[in-house]
Amino acid sequence: MTDYNEAFKDIPGTVVFDGTQSRLGFHLNQFCMTLMKSENREAFKADPAAYLQQFGMSAEQRQAVLDRDYNRMIALGGNIYFLAKIGATDGFSFQNLASKMTGMNEDDYRAMMIAGGRSIEGNRSKSEHKCEGGKRG
Amino acid sequence: MARIVAGVATSHIPAIAAALDSGKSHEPYWQPVFSGYEFSKRWIAEQKPDVVVLVYNDHASAFSLDLIPTFAIGCAESFAPADEGWGPRPVPVVEGHPELAWHIAQATILDEFDMTIVNKMDVDHGLTVPLSLMFGQPAAWPCKVIPLAVNVVQYPPPLGKRCYALGRAIRKAVESFDTDLKVMIWGTGGMSHQLQGPRAGLINREFDTAFLDGLTRDPEALTRISHLEYVREAGSEGIELVMWLIMRGALAADAKENYRFYHVPASNTAVGHIILENS
Repeated sequence: MTDYNEAFKDIPGTVVFDGTQSRLGFHLNQFCMTLMKSENREAFKADPAAYLQQFGMSAEQRQAVLDRDYNRMIALGGNIYFLAKIGATDGFSFQNLASKMTGMNEDDYRAMMIAGGRSIEGNRSKSEHKCEGGKRG
Repeated sequence: MARIVAGVATSHIPAIAAALDSGKSHEPYWQPVFSGYEFSKRWIAEQKPDVVVLVYNDHASAFSLDLIPTFAIGCAESFAPADEGWGPRPVPVVEGHPELAWHIAQATILDEFDMTIVNKMDVDHGLTVPLSLMFGQPAAWPCKVIPLAVNVVQYPPPLGKRCYALGRAIRKAVESFDTDLKVMIWGTGGMSHQLQGPRAGLINREFDTAFLDGLTRDPEALTRISHLEYVREAGSEGIELVMWLIMRGALAADAKENYRFYHVPASNTAVGHIILENS
């Protein structure tokens, strides 16, 4: 089982939501679930810091939410489908969130997708990634 | 007797719902996506299935981290569209087929598949986007739907091999249901896409094409694709393709490809769609 989880770590720019991540991110992800109700979305928007105090999250996790640092939230156990509810509350599409996580602006990201997306070449493994600099398009 | 007449696979991208629900389907960005389903809409209007067993994954809508069933079959009378953070989609309530759903649940459990039975569940874009793509925007969905939710969010998801075997068990179950029903099975999600992290936007047309070819050429070979290979080659959300193997497993070995559509992009994702028919 250790080998199963470890093997994914060779894939660049990717965090697999395994049991370790799930335990780490439990409260962060469960906070996100509360944003499926409109009154909670309003309460969160009205006072984000106070809203986050209701959940047993770490200070780092709270800060990552306040900063809307999605890569950091994922590193701290967030899962993208849960985190997307923060994006939805902010009025952003999945494409917008994805562009943020890649460090590209949304127009460039959208153009990359229209041109066929991020190439698999150079993006299969960390060793290949280093050699080729992680091609984008 | 009930019989499975065809399988449909399609991506279930939420941006498609947003485009459709906000009247943007004729915009140049979206027009190629929706035009790829015109044939399918005509085809299914002629086919008139009584029931669709709709294999999809819940995206942290009905199932939070409280409870994560690997295979969950919806046995309720109806399923409401979920509020995924921007309000529920303005689409009809999904009518279930509790009698057939319970029959499939019992038959597959006795066939050694430990299904979770769900009597109350909202359904998210994973289930409603395929309905919209195939049926458009009707006042009511034209058939009953049995939701079959597969966990592909929390690792480990089920193996492709297990999904394929479940499909076969579903076929046996349907064929032992003593009512004359025309049933379809749909597999949804995919194709290559990654929504998270610096590798977001990954698309692998070669992998996707080989997968589409493999559905008729050698589906058993597809069951040997490992989770690692899906994530590496098709992106972290490409893992959803295991759900297509439930659809494939429920069809005859010699099922024929009737239609295929592939388009990049819809938002972050490669849109893949195929219709397979039992002869």
